[in-house]
Amino acid sequence: MNLVTNNKWIGQRTIRPDGMDKVTGRAQFAADTTMPGMIWGKVLRSPHPHARIRSIDTSKAEKLPGVKAVVTAKDIVDFPIEKGAVMLGIQDMRWMCRNVMARDKALFPGHPVAAVAATTEAIAAEACKLIEVDYEVLPWSIEIEDAIKPDAPILHEFNKFDGKPSNIAGRLEHKKGDIAEGFKKADVIIERTFTTRPVHQGYIEPHACLISVAPDGKTTIWSSSQGQFMVRAMTAYLTGIPQSDIRAIPAEIGGGFGGKTIVYLEPLATLLAKKSGRPVKMVMTREEVMRATGPTSGSKSTVKIGATKDGKITAAHGTFYLQAGAFPGSPIRGAAGCSFTPYDIPNLLSEGYDVCSNRSKVAAYRAPGAPIGAYAVECVMDEVAEALKMDPLDFRLKNAAKEGTKAAHGPTFPRIGYIETVEAAKNSDHYKAPLGKLQGRGVASGFWFNAGGESSAQVNITEDGNVVVTTGHPDIGGSRAGIANICAELLGIDYRRVSVIIGDTQTIGFSNLTGGSRVLFASSMVVTQSTEKIIQTLRERAAKIWEIDPEAVKWEQGAAHPVSPNAGQFEPLTLQELAEKAPAMGGPIGAGVQLNTTGADGGFGTHVCDVEVDVDLGIARVIRYTAVQDVGRAIHPGYVEGQLQGGVAQGIGWALNEEYIYTKEGKVDNPGFLDYRMPVCSDLPMLDCIMVEVPNPKHPQGVKGVGEVPLVPVMAAVANAIYNALGKRFYALPMSPPKVLEKLDEPTRQAAE
Amino acid sequence: MAKVHVTTTINGEPMEFLCEPSDTMLDALRGTLNLTGSKEGCASGDCGACSITLDDRLICSCLMLAVESEGHDIRTIEGMAQGEKLHPLQQKFLEMAALQCGICTSGMLVASDALLKKNPDPTEEEVRFWLAGNLCRCTGYDKIVRAVMETAAEMRAQ
Repeated sequence: MNLVTNNKWIGQRTIRPDGMDKVTGRAQFAADTTMPGMIWGKVLRSPHPHARIRSIDTSKAEKLPGVKAVVTAKDIVDFPIEKGAVMLGIQDMRWMCRNVMARDKALFPGHPVAAVAATTEAIAAEACKLIEVDYEVLPWSIEIEDAIKPDAPILHEFNKFDGKPSNIAGRLEHKKGDIAEGFKKADVIIERTFTTRPVHQGYIEPHACLISVAPDGKTTIWSSSQGQFMVRAMTAYLTGIPQSDIRAIPAEIGGGFGGKTIVYLEPLATLLAKKSGRPVKMVMTREEVMRATGPTSGSKSTVKIGATKDGKITAAHGTFYLQAGAFPGSPIRGAAGCSFTPYDIPNLLSEGYDVCSNRSKVAAYRAPGAPIGAYAVECVMDEVAEALKMDPLDFRLKNAAKEGTKAAHGPTFPRIGYIETVEAAKNSDHYKAPLGKLQGRGVASGFWFNAGGESSAQVNITEDGNVVVTTGHPDIGGSRAGIANICAELLGIDYRRVSVIIGDTQTIGFSNLTGGSRVLFASSMVVTQSTEKIIQTLRERAAKIWEIDPEAVKWEQGAAHPVSPNAGQFEPLTLQELAEKAPAMGGPIGAGVQLNTTGADGGFGTHVCDVEVDVDLGIARVIRYTAVQDVGRAIHPGYVEGQLQGGVAQGIGWALNEEYIYTKEGKVDNPGFLDYRMPVCSDLPMLDCIMVEVPNPKHPQGVKGVGEVPLVPVMAAVANAIYNALGKRFYALPMSPPKVLEKLDEPTRQAAE
Repeated sequence: MAKVHVTTTINGEPMEFLCEPSDTMLDALRGTLNLTGSKEGCASGDCGACSITLDDRLICSCLMLAVESEGHDIRTIEGMAQGEKLHPLQQKFLEMAALQCGICTSGMLVASDALLKKNPDPTEEEVRFWLAGNLCRCTGYDKIVRAVMETAAEMRAQ
């Protein structure tokens, strides 16, 4: 590890490269772009939770003046079920081709059945109404309990579980030791069942794209996503256009949180543009976003933990049922794999069940699955600690995973910072502060895998001696700022001389999704290696000018210097001087590196939450919050804190208010921001952060992913705080005012006051 | 249906445009007038990403018809900086990392500016309730509230 010491830029709160555009309204998000001759696309969506599509008649819509193209499932490339999985990342194209446009069956209200492009949005919407779809309405199920009943309506007949058609699309388990033996050794055993509701990622920017297809098939896509290469590949698969003909340009992305790691509109707009010969723009309404994209799973979990009198966990068993929505693929890996990972548990069984039901297909949401699992595990941890009369943080410390612990999902941990997060929480002013009437304090921990994977970078020195860095990952939370800090540090120049650009698919090498908390980890590796190559070139050029050996030249503070007076007496050659001399000294200076990065260590956090309960209204308010996290190395502390604070705010929403509510007809009844209640500014206190820095030994700057861990502990921390305030445990989310009021009987009120 | 001719003032400039009677002010700004700094997050007045001022009053431009701007004074994010000089709120948002994805930032800045014009010395609670109509999903609001408070303090000191 070549950790840079005495940093000038790493660890500084520099101004982000894209900041000026965003505070002046200049930044171009997906819906902000237009093209000459552009027309508008609209989607016709199924009103039914479950229906066989007997026929679709688009003739009346096609005749409406202004309509330029209509597409249905027959225009989308089919990936037949029986031919087996065709995977792109975690997505199976057999499900994707049916999710972007219903093929034989519509599987949730909002499932696209046709799309229209017309000269105005109003005409396109009018044309959608003229499309006649003959549906055979089928029985449906949304909730997990309904979907796993023996007589439940089956979404996918081909899917078998225990040899019979089933909505259970998969099961995974992580196992260690023997739980039966482990529970025998326990003095205290607590088992509880929890439910959580589906919640949406809640990005403020609806999905949008603008797509042009030339008569030769050359396609240009402007869209907002968490990966322009994912957009290109999925669009190529679903339209049959080769990837080399598709230039996917990443617009600024107005929030994603995992929800923009798949496509919805791009294949439809591409086909409409191809058919009509006109650029097609499509923008979802908020209602479409809520009905037909994301959310994450609702869940039902049972967790059992046993411990000895002196506080040692002997065994744990978790069973996590997660809604996948219309197609297989709920995040059971995160639920089963992350929830027990902060602890060294000798006997463990963690099982996940993937359950299809008639609601929109889940999309990733910040540490997918892990917050659902951690909610159940961390609430039971609180109860076990209470039964043992132990401080809940001491109980965690006693069982904490550390270097050498073998996690049930596979890895043996290198040096990790989990214990440091618990100790920092325990030593915080917050944990020691007194509580008032009707107030309570809760704690919880969390883990997320983090990720490496493919990244590409190109670093070029401009003719005037400044720097342009191009990477291939949409910047969702400030990664450009981190990259500028690192590149400036390595080159020894002011960070304002480094411009950081996100390349499109045809100008930068393949780079995997912005997801898994991988972007700064992976892209700083390729940027570091590219910059090191450039520094080598600069040393060689200076050596040539000075007629000395390149090994006798060092790069410091933005200039080449002789390594010592013995090497010769020369005035330093600055980056500008070497850039000016470049044409005569071997040509342009630049370097690119492409890697499949490895070494992304998982991340741990421990949170402390205080609530105050209004016993008249049932409102639980978070009044103080501290998130502690091992962040590896905070390259830009402002945006690391921002990740922690943003994750906490989403978790508070999940804990206290957010939920999908369904009508008895199986439709989402709250598809807007008024009724789907995300935290607003007046709901929250300041969100304190303690960044513990245990550098990742496998990364040149010590970086660990930081974006997802901070959502994982939150719901349990809030639930444990409410228990501490009221003496009542809640086993279901959200703990919204009506649910809290329900439990507030007179004795509880009196005891709490 | 014939389009309607509207004469108005936008960011201090006299402006004329044609719109459908059903077009919202946000449609006109983002469409005909090509001022895409105001964003559409919900089209129902719940998210505040389209915040503008009408005769110095903070409104959601998605809840106002474009024809209603006739004869009025409209201000948007594009009018906040004076040439190369950023408004102190814009500068402070940059310095304090009070934005992540940036989609809510235009609305946050316009709303915060409207607050400080009315109340140059707001408490944290006043800032939080004033901005309760502007959703941000990235930041948890912490740095936004701090940036507004700090800007207010600096502006008062000047």
